[in-house]
Amino acid sequence: MEMTGAQMVIEAMKLEGVDTVFGYPGGAIMNVYDEIYKQNDFRHILTRHEQAAVHAADGYARATGKVGVAFVTSGPGFTNAVTGLATAYMDSVPMVVISGQVPITMIGTDAFQEIDATGISRSCTKHNYLVRSAKELPHILKEAFYIAASGRPGPVHVDIPKDVTAELAKFEYPTHIDLPTYRPTTKGNVRQIKKAAEAICNAKRPVFYLGGGVISSGSADLVREFVQATQIPAVETLMARGSLRHDDPLLLGMVGMHGSYQANMAMSEADLMIALGPRFDDRVTGKLSEFAKHAKVIHVDIDPSSIGKLVDVDYPIVGDLKEVLEVMLPKVKECVDPDRYQAWRNILKRYNEIHPMRFEDSDEVIKPQWVIKRVGEILGDKAIISTDVGQHQMWTAQFYPFSHPRQLVTSGGLGTMGFGFPAAMGVKRGVPDKVSVNFTGDGSILMNIQELVTAVEARLPVVNIILNNHYLGMVRQWQTFFYDKRYAETDLSFQPDFVRLAEACGGVGYRVETKEEFDEALEDAVNKGVVAMIDVIVDREENVLPMVPSGGTLYNMMLEYKD
Amino acid sequence: MKVERRVISVIVQNEHSVLARITSLFAARGYNIETLTVAPIPESDMSRLTIETKGNVRVIEQIIKQLHKLIPTYKVIEHEEMVEKEMVMMKFPINESLANIQALCEAYNGGIANVSSQHIITMVADEPKRVKHFIEAAQRFHPVEIVRGGVVAMERE
Repeated sequence: MEMTGAQMVIEAMKLEGVDTVFGYPGGAIMNVYDEIYKQNDFRHILTRHEQAAVHAADGYARATGKVGVAFVTSGPGFTNAVTGLATAYMDSVPMVVISGQVPITMIGTDAFQEIDATGISRSCTKHNYLVRSAKELPHILKEAFYIAASGRPGPVHVDIPKDVTAELAKFEYPTHIDLPTYRPTTKGNVRQIKKAAEAICNAKRPVFYLGGGVISSGSADLVREFVQATQIPAVETLMARGSLRHDDPLLLGMVGMHGSYQANMAMSEADLMIALGPRFDDRVTGKLSEFAKHAKVIHVDIDPSSIGKLVDVDYPIVGDLKEVLEVMLPKVKECVDPDRYQAWRNILKRYNEIHPMRFEDSDEVIKPQWVIKRVGEILGDKAIISTDVGQHQMWTAQFYPFSHPRQLVTSGGLGTMGFGFPAAMGVKRGVPDKVSVNFTGDGSILMNIQELVTAVEARLPVVNIILNNHYLGMVRQWQTFFYDKRYAETDLSFQPDFVRLAEACGGVGYRVETKEEFDEALEDAVNKGVVAMIDVIVDREENVLPMVPSGGTLYNMMLEYKD
Repeated sequence: MKVERRVISVIVQNEHSVLARITSLFAARGYNIETLTVAPIPESDMSRLTIETKGNVRVIEQIIKQLHKLIPTYKVIEHEEMVEKEMVMMKFPINESLANIQALCEAYNGGIANVSSQHIITMVADEPKRVKHFIEAAQRFHPVEIVRGGVVAMERE
């Protein structure tokens, strides 16, 4: 059947089962938007900034596991989307972003709203395409979805010139894709798996190091079974939160810069690290030469380039984590004796007794950690939690009681302020029966505040909880610790009236200065199902602790700060 | 860790901006490109790149893995037992000794490529190390221009 390039885009969305596109129209992508107007297969949600469209698609993808989709126009439309692409790329989120481009005949002439979009996106996407003719469009779109979701997932960018969207060609959508140049290894090497299983059974102080791959490969159930069967304790990275239940006695907490004492000591003293889908980020390892230096390393990852990139690996296993665990788990069960690790578990328990993850609550002022704990008590697993970036993000990771995978949506790798609110809109769209909560800061929220309008208009009730300390808190904390309290440009005392700001956009605002007020505000926001902005005035000087200073060692944590 | 020289061949799908993908990968991750040659492989839709690079073991391993990770990459060959050649053209003033220049070129597997009223152009194809020696030896004839072609390599077996 012949159709225009623009019609092909719509048709491909239908065939890929896309139910939501986030986007923003403009000159070069108008033909596509004209076809959106005529169809009823998917819902288009108009954000008020292209960056937010891509973050919303990202949040949708993280919460559902499906491929997120965003449409933007050429030039500034695309450049606004770049932060969204980079955010998704760093956290391996499957996404297809389609941008308009000036007509092929005008490419290279510095035309109005022309930018070398594929040149820019090359370094922040898994793959990208500049479409040359309508005839290659069906294949490219099919490939884009396939590449985004397979192997190590990631964003794929498709740049379509305006004349291609008007061009007629035959539409034959491929039923499957076979790329001779792209065949991710999903089955792990059986001999290597066997050796790893033996190493686990022979270890004295093993520890699981769970990374984002546990979530993205859908392996959390298998990992829980693995941990249960072996009684080996586990640490989680930020991206792996929710892999294990928060109340699992074998969960040592988060690892790394703001990880728990027992988690970091476990890594430092382990004789075997079972790394399942992490990437040894510097925020986890601290000083590399001191990182887990007594441990042999098993590393399972779908991406061969992640293995051995920073740390030498004794048992490298390239493969899909789920497929690898399906083979490894029975082999470990054959030889494992959970009692063998009892002494090790006792040591770690002792560490946790000495320095538990805690904060000093107060009756005079609201502590930010209290807010997070309280939301956990009230909503628990009824909520999916998004965050922005900064202190509130770390407190969320430390204190929210996560109980299932995909319950935390946060920008880990790129650390994008302004991610939380649009992502939480995507979460709400993808998982409508859960409460979508966005923990944010008074700095971060302003970076995509225009989305109040989108959320209200599109009826995406997100509960934004601002942990408002009138500071750019995390930077302020570093200035306190490492820059003699020279608070360069981090005092945000001048700020909008968030309540009236929310109201101006049709949402509901709450200003909270006591615990009672907070409970009432949260209850009201959730019951009414409104787009809410709960402005919680918290202790200004609270720090995120414990902390491994940048480049420090995990076993040498800063446990408290004394003025 | 010791820095070593490596020659890597990359077979890629012959498509739009594939060379840019490879070079920007090197630029983005701070890897070195000493020389780079590219040409289509006859009767296929693939191209072959030969990259001469430097780095320690971990860097070289990452280069190979990262090259492989690019979607249009079909194959990455890390040469161990290879035959490698590099071509170099040199231009000399016409008043230098043609016979001596010719004798030197022949010693390095080359010869005179062109003679005009002003210049002698020579062409040599040999192992990179020998090409380097040739260029040193040819200095006495006061070359006015040198063009090196970059390394190409083939596995012995």
